[in-house]
Parts: sequence; C-alpha cells; structure tokens
Amino acid sequence: MARRILTALVGAAVMGIGAHSASAGTLDDVKAKGFVQCGVNTGLAGFAAPDASGNWSGFDVDYCKAIAAAIFADGSKVKYSPTSAKERFPALQSGEVDVLARNTTWTINRDTALGFNFRPVNYYDGQGFMVRKGLNVKSALELSGAAVCVQTGTTTELNLADYFKANNLQYNPVVFEKLEEVNAAYDAGRCDVYTTDQSGLYSLRLTLSKPDDHMILPEIISKEPLGPAVRQGDDQWFDIVSWVHYALIQAEEFGVTQANVEEMKKSTNPDVQRFLGVEADSKIGTDLGLTNEWAVNIIKAVGNYGEVFDRNIGAGSPLKIERGLNALWNKGGIQYAPPVR
Amino acid sequence: MTIGVTTTPEPKSKPSGSIINDPQVRGIFYQVVTVAILVAVVYWIADNTIENLKRANIASGYGFLNGRAGFDVGQSLIAYTSDSTYGRALFVGFFNTLLVAVTGIITATIIGFIVGIGRLSHNWLIAKLSLAYVEVFRNIPPLLVIFFWYSGVLAVLPQPRESAALPFNIFLNNRGIAFPKPVFGDGSQYVFYAFVIAVIASFFMARHARKKQEATGQRFPLLWTVLGLLIGLPLLALLATGWPITFDIPVAGKFNLTGGSVIGPEFLSLFLALSFYTAAFIAEIVRAGIRGVSKGQSEAAHALGVRPGLTTRLVVVPQAMRIIIPPLTSQYLNLTKNSSLAIAIGYADLVAVGGTILNQTGQAIEVVTIWIIVYLSLSLTTSLLMNWFNARMALVER
Repeated sequence: MARRILTALVGAAVMGIGAHSASAGTLDDVKAKGFVQCGVNTGLAGFAAPDASGNWSGFDVDYCKAIAAAIFADGSKVKYSPTSAKERFPALQSGEVDVLARNTTWTINRDTALGFNFRPVNYYDGQGFMVRKGLNVKSALELSGAAVCVQTGTTTELNLADYFKANNLQYNPVVFEKLEEVNAAYDAGRCDVYTTDQSGLYSLRLTLSKPDDHMILPEIISKEPLGPAVRQGDDQWFDIVSWVHYALIQAEEFGVTQANVEEMKKSTNPDVQRFLGVEADSKIGTDLGLTNEWAVNIIKAVGNYGEVFDRNIGAGSPLKIERGLNALWNKGGIQYAPPVR
Repeated sequence: MTIGVTTTPEPKSKPSGSIINDPQVRGIFYQVVTVAILVAVVYWIADNTIENLKRANIASGYGFLNGRAGFDVGQSLIAYTSDSTYGRALFVGFFNTLLVAVTGIITATIIGFIVGIGRLSHNWLIAKLSLAYVEVFRNIPPLLVIFFWYSGVLAVLPQPRESAALPFNIFLNNRGIAFPKPVFGDGSQYVFYAFVIAVIASFFMARHARKKQEATGQRFPLLWTVLGLLIGLPLLALLATGWPITFDIPVAGKFNLTGGSVIGPEFLSLFLALSFYTAAFIAEIVRAGIRGVSKGQSEAAHALGVRPGLTTRLVVVPQAMRIIIPPLTSQYLNLTKNSSLAIAIGYADLVAVGGTILNQTGQAIEVVTIWIIVYLSLSLTTSLLMNWFNARMALVER
C-alpha cells in the first residue's frame, strides 16, 4: 500500500514538473503539438457553433482557422474548446487554450488584473435589448419592472445594472451560466427582456421558436469591442494573433480575396507584393516566427475580413448584420490595419 | 491519514537483529516518509501556483471582496444592490444556499418518513406507490430532476398577464408565486413579543405535562393547549394594539405583478427537486431502520394492548431512530451539496454568485477556496448537530 501511494505521489510530482516547464513560448508549443487550441463560444450562431456533424463554423471560428493557417498553412489544424462565459478566462489563464476567440469584450480589468492581452478589435459591438412585440415597448426606458434574462459573468450583466440604475428603472435579473439556458428561459417566457451584445441578439433571435414575434430595441447602451485575447508575457504569440487580424483587414483593403490570391501574387503593386511575401529578400513573415507566405495562407484558408464577415454574420448569412462600424476605415467604418512593411 | 501502517502483528520472538528489522520502527519510518512527501507536494503546489500567478501578472489576494460588485442578484434574503461589495454578494449567495438546504432538508425528511413507512404498509396500493416513488426518484440524476421541475414549472404555469388567482390574494404564474406581504406598522412589536412569550410558555407547558404524566400517568391535552397559546396570544395582542399589521397585495403591473412577495420558479423547482430526490433515499433509510427493530418489540406492545399507531410512534420509531440517524446525516450533507446544482437553472446560490464574481474579477483560486471552506463548514456543522442528536437518541444503558 505504502509503495503504491509513494509511486502515485512521485508520478504526480513528475507530471506536475512537466506542466511547470511547459509554457516556454506558445508558438513553439503550438508547433510541437501540431494544432492551435482555440477557446470559442459553446454555440452562438454566426460566431461559433458546431453543425450536426460536429464541424465548427462562424466568425470567431474563422479567426482560429486563420491563426492555424498562418502557422501551419492549413486552416484545419485547430482544436476547439467550447467555453461558457464563466469558464473562458480560467481556460486561457491556465493555458488550456492558446487563444480565446469568443466574442469577448476588451476591458481594462481583463487587460490588466486578469493577465490578458487584447489588441485588435475584430468586431465593434454594443449591448442591446430584445423584447416580445406583443409588449408594445418602443424604448429601453419603458422597461421598468421587467424581468431581464442575462448571461452571468459578462460585461453585459454589469452594463445592465448600471443602465437601469442610471435611469432609475427597476428590474429583476434572471441570470444563467450557459447561453442555451438563457435562450430557453427567454423563449419559455421566464423574462420579458433579453439583453446581450446586439450581434448576439440577431443571432439568438433566429434560434427562438417564433423569431418574428420578437424585436430588438433601438438603444445601444454600451461599447463592446470584441476581439481575440491571449495571455500576457508572450509577445511573439500576441504579435501573431494581432497580425492575423490586420492581415485580414489589409487583404480586404487591397482587394485580395480567397479566389484571386494566387493571381494577386503577380501584382506589380509593391505594397501588395510585400504583403503577400513575394518581394525579393522578404522577411515579412520570418520576423513573426512564421513563413513569408503567412498572409497568403490565411487568405487561402478563410478569405479576407470582408469575406469572413459576409459569410458568417453579414449579407451572405441568415443574420444579415450591417457592416456599420466594422466597415473599413476608408468606407465609413473604423476597421483599420497598421501598415504591413 | 493512516497510510503506511501496515504493521502486521508479527510475533515478537527475539529482540536480536538490527533496528531495520523492527516492525515498529519501520512503521514509524514509513509514516514519517509519507508525511514528508505530502508536505513537500503541498508546498510545491502552493509555490508553483504563486509563481505562475506572478508570472502571468494575475492579481491575487482577498482584497477584491471589498470592491463594488456592480451586478444585481435576482433573489436575496438580505439587502443588496449593485453598489454592495463582492463580499456582501457572497453572503447573499450563502444565505440562498442555506435557505434551500434547510427548507429542503425539512421537506425531504417529512416526505421520506411518510414514504418509508408507506413502503411497510399492509395496504397494497400504498406500499406499491411508495415503491414506485423510491425507484423512480432514486434512479434519476438530481440534475435531471431539477430540470424536470424547472421546465415543468415554466411550461405549465401561465404568463404573468394571465396569472392564476388563488384564494387569499395569492397569484401563480411563470415568474413564481406572488403572495401578500405583511407590512408591520406601529405597535406590531407587541405581537412579536406575544408570540415569543407563547413559545416560552409552550416549552414549560410541555415539561410540566411530561412530568405530570410520568408521576401520575394522567395525560394533558398538550397539542391543543400549545396551539391555543401560539395562535391566541398574538391574536390578543393584535386586537389590543388595534391590528397594526396590514398586507401589501400583489397587483398586475406593466410586465409582472408588482407589490407583495414573490417566490421565484428557480427556488421552487430547486427546492422541490432536492426534496423529492433526497426523500427517496431517506425513505429507504427509514424502512431499513424500522425493519432493524426486532419484531418482538412490536409484538410485545400489541400484547400489552397498545394500538398499532401508538406502537409505531412510541415503540418502533424511537428504536429505529438509532439506526436511521447516521445514514440520514449523509443524506442531509448530500442535499446541501447537491444544492450547488442550482447554477443550472439560475438560482443565485453560493456557487452561482461566486461564479459571477470569479468571472468579473478573475480571482479563480480565491473564489474556489471560499467555496470549499463554506461547504466544508456547512457539512461539518450539519454533522456536529446530527452527532449531538444521535447521542441524545442513543440507547441509554442503565
């Protein structure tokens, strides 16, 4: 007995030491294991949701694929970790996932005290309210006394409390941990109002039993800059995740698409040549720890930002969300990439 | 820990030979080694955690408990707003856990005793119904029972605008049960004092009745006297002070009923699910306890002409309690711990509120430690109380 326990203890100690020294550099770890472990939503249509055969798709999922493509030239080398709002931060802190692409709002608290790094905002969102049309509510200011369904552990939950307090409105919060539970409760009539990011509301409305009976109120009560998050202390990995987003934006700006990327390599425009890594003596990718083809690989895997947006949440999807703030900077939006040079 | 005490009683024939072969010395040696390794592992885990937290720039410590919570909680027994601290939010969750555990334990015990005795009934229908109850609830995971009640409650009950009106201004809809809330006006403290006096008087009355019966064999109509005291005295006080207690009656508002008190469907379904689930186990414990009492005991009672109901109450159950109480304690602990499943249906218990705090502050290790300490103390307190009760019920040998 004593010996068996001793063996177990020593075994645990050895394994633990292994875990201690594992986090040298995320890029090396990812290359060694051969895939990117990506934290995504448990199921938010348009952003990250598995289909009937378990294949993930969505806006955030395409970011995971783009990161994998930049590293492995193969967008399928991703493993997905579906996380609830509550599970997502410990998952990233503990190193269970390499990157969190889970419509997560960038806040100062998360950037500092939680030990994360955010930089590019891949979706500018804001919090809104959805109600049943039958209630005849036209504005969020008429919601006093309502029961409000909200997901726990989100910035949404805090904005909600602040908004109702600031406007002197009463409400009764009905709080769930998982998105599916919030959906079910709202659909069953447990609450009058559903609040989350507006993009989320459009997505969730599709999953209700009678989507046409519900309307989204005009008020947007918060800024919700969503973007991928990584752990602090690994600048190289932070750079890679950031520049994957900028590459997607830059590709849209240059008009490089999934279809024409090979053709564009022959472009005479030196900016495009440099971006696609065909410039002579290029170091555009090797400085990142990747190959010079990294941008090409991303675009081959998922297309440019506009294509990713349209396919998952924009005009080409059931959600039909307008580009709005998420249009390129030269088309009336605020999506902007630093120069690739 | 009794690890390493593998001292098989070897015959201590001759004291010769080296100290290494002495089984007692070996036993101590193994224990010392085990403890040393344990301490080293615990130290190493703690050190590693602190080191990693530092490296990942994660703030740690319990200072965050004084920060403003910023979120609202649906159900609260104590005053709480989004301006309260995280610490207070944890207390809200703690009291909610306590509420569902205590009410659940009481109801589960009552249902469990009824079903357990029902299983031993000579009436075929009652016995089989009790059997079916036990087999159904005992073999379903508690989470499913909770979901069953929650979706049942939500699906069956009407929308707030079509609330079902019950007598005494009680309304039932899918936001819960709304009932009139008593408003205590000036002078209502006397009613409270009257009640306290009634309780104390009942206590002494019960002692007096027992002594009288033991001394003279005469019985005293205790139940009616106590009921009369508990209802009559406060009622008298109410009349004397001019009825200071009024009721705030729920009325239909724009979205929900406003006014009155509301018990939400989350609490209701969790409470019902835990009670019915745990009751199935308690029923089996009660049945085992009663079966464990020798048949001769009830036969002797019958021979003395004691009625069957009294036999059960005065002869069988007191002896059965000695068998029932220890496993009953584990069921109470199970119920308390199962209450953490509340998170699945959005009841704001300790785990749910703690989870929110964990996520808003990122203090995972701290919050998890608080959870562990609270549940551990709850369980230990329950065990202590039950041990005390068990000692009182134990056979007093003379």
